[in-house]
Amino acid sequence: MTESLTTSTTTPAGSAIAPRRRRADDVAGLGTARAGVFVAPALILIGVFLLFPAVWTIWLGMTDYRLTGLQAASPEFVGLDNYLDALSDPAFWNSLWLTLIFVLFSGIIGQTLIGFGLAWSVRNLRGWAKALIEGLVLAAWVIPASVASFLWLALLDRRSGTVNAMLGTEGNAWLIDHPMEAIIVFNIWVGTAFSMQLFSSALSAVPPSQIESAKMVGASGWQQLRDVIVPNIKGHILTNTLLITLWTFNTFTPYLVTAGGPNGKTEILSVYIYKTAIPGGQLGLGAAISLIMLLINLVIALGYVRVSRGRTKR
Amino acid sequence: MTTTDHVQKVAADANVRHFLSRIAFTIILTIIGLLFALPMVWLVLAPFDATPTLSLEWPDWTLQNFARLAENPYALRSIGNSLLLGIGTMLIVVVLGALAAYAMSRIRIPGRDGILYGLLLLSSIVTGTAAMVPTFQIITQLGLINSYVGVLLVLAGGILPTVIFILKDFMDSIPKSYEESARLYGAGPFRILRDVVVPIARPGLAFIAIWTIVQVWGNFLVPFILLRSPDLQPAAVLMYTFYTESGQADLRLISTFALLFSAPVLLIYFIVNRRYGFRFHGGIKS
Repeated sequence: MTESLTTSTTTPAGSAIAPRRRRADDVAGLGTARAGVFVAPALILIGVFLLFPAVWTIWLGMTDYRLTGLQAASPEFVGLDNYLDALSDPAFWNSLWLTLIFVLFSGIIGQTLIGFGLAWSVRNLRGWAKALIEGLVLAAWVIPASVASFLWLALLDRRSGTVNAMLGTEGNAWLIDHPMEAIIVFNIWVGTAFSMQLFSSALSAVPPSQIESAKMVGASGWQQLRDVIVPNIKGHILTNTLLITLWTFNTFTPYLVTAGGPNGKTEILSVYIYKTAIPGGQLGLGAAISLIMLLINLVIALGYVRVSRGRTKR
Repeated sequence: MTTTDHVQKVAADANVRHFLSRIAFTIILTIIGLLFALPMVWLVLAPFDATPTLSLEWPDWTLQNFARLAENPYALRSIGNSLLLGIGTMLIVVVLGALAAYAMSRIRIPGRDGILYGLLLLSSIVTGTAAMVPTFQIITQLGLINSYVGVLLVLAGGILPTVIFILKDFMDSIPKSYEESARLYGAGPFRILRDVVVPIARPGLAFIAIWTIVQVWGNFLVPFILLRSPDLQPAAVLMYTFYTESGQADLRLISTFALLFSAPVLLIYFIVNRRYGFRFHGGIKS
């Protein structure tokens, strides 16, 4: 659902040629009242199933609502108790810390750098090599999450996994000994396609004349990258970083690989909320943590808005 | 670029370092390509192996596994369920999205652009994971747990802002002169929408329809928390059930099911991506 945040900055073909309005808009004689009727069903659906849940979280987080038992029938208002409970629970801080590591290494560092590296590497390739590499990276992104997770379970399997067979490390239980590293690599594998595509289109928009002049004065590949390419695509780098941060922060897919285990070592915030609220039944506490997550999302999204506004003004 | 090109270049520049770096570059790129391919090889080979294991091995070719899959009571039904959810969500968002986008494109409502961006922002903040708890609680209160109505409404609500945003772009690019002439001939707004705007906007609507189905097809979290009975599970959830809840994982079943479930989106994706390019990426992955 966040996709069009990007499309709006990459200027898709359709909107670029859209005629600016010059004459009366209401050519079909719609009228404001009828327009309201047209817009209302969509807005009501969004209001009830997107806006309301967000607002509802605030109230829910201040109750002792549970899935079963007395508190399920008549939940009581407990004020900020859930927040105090969460903030004084080492498991919450552990989860937040794991999330930070996960987002930093798999999103900001892994996906961005590998995505950029791939886009940079294949930019001058033609034909099958480029199509093959881009196709492989894209396929990893498109394969449904529950299938991708199983493919990685097979790959990292203790007894017959391919990784152990290739490295000659028979019996090495990657998902137990290195669970965080495993889901970081898994998430890089899944998500790099986005950064690669975004940087590919950004690189193709860098004026060739600038690169040519840099080459003429004898700039090395690295110098071209630093002095010509990066300044040109600064906006895309920021956009990419913010979107990747948002998505990586919100992904639930690692749960399908490690289920938060072993011993909560991969319990990133999304998994922690799920386990607390749904199998754990503590909906009130879960809602309180959800609100914290929503606020973090809000901060990232506002950062995105600021960045894209700044860019259109320039 | 071929190796001979490189050699000539190197000879001309007398720059051996450049040559070596090209070789290193090619090797690194090949390795990265292989790393991306590695997990997928199993998906392609195992379904056709008479005795698949978790390791990669040259298959003992057979198509028997697919016949077995057809006998499993849940497998094919779950694919049907995924289709049902995909098409259902698609119908809701295309109809409601087209109506809203058209009105927003043609009537100047104060703060319209603000509303559009606000909706889009809302949908990226209130993600499936962040809103999982309140959504679950609301759907429980409404008595819609374990019903497709709940899943459809939640999915549609999450996707609609993006749909309206993209469709408004399409509607803006439709020349207004068609509508003006239709109106001169006495057509009312509904008729204009149905007979003039929708046919012209068809590529945009088709794009949104396919995009929505792909998004819903792979969505795990919403049906996972809102549906209970195995009969209702879409393929995304059943796949997970297959490898977590069965004592001894039946790899013949899992591998064929995984391929059958992944193939449609892979096909659609590569066909549509070729036609529409970058726009098709992203979406509600979580």
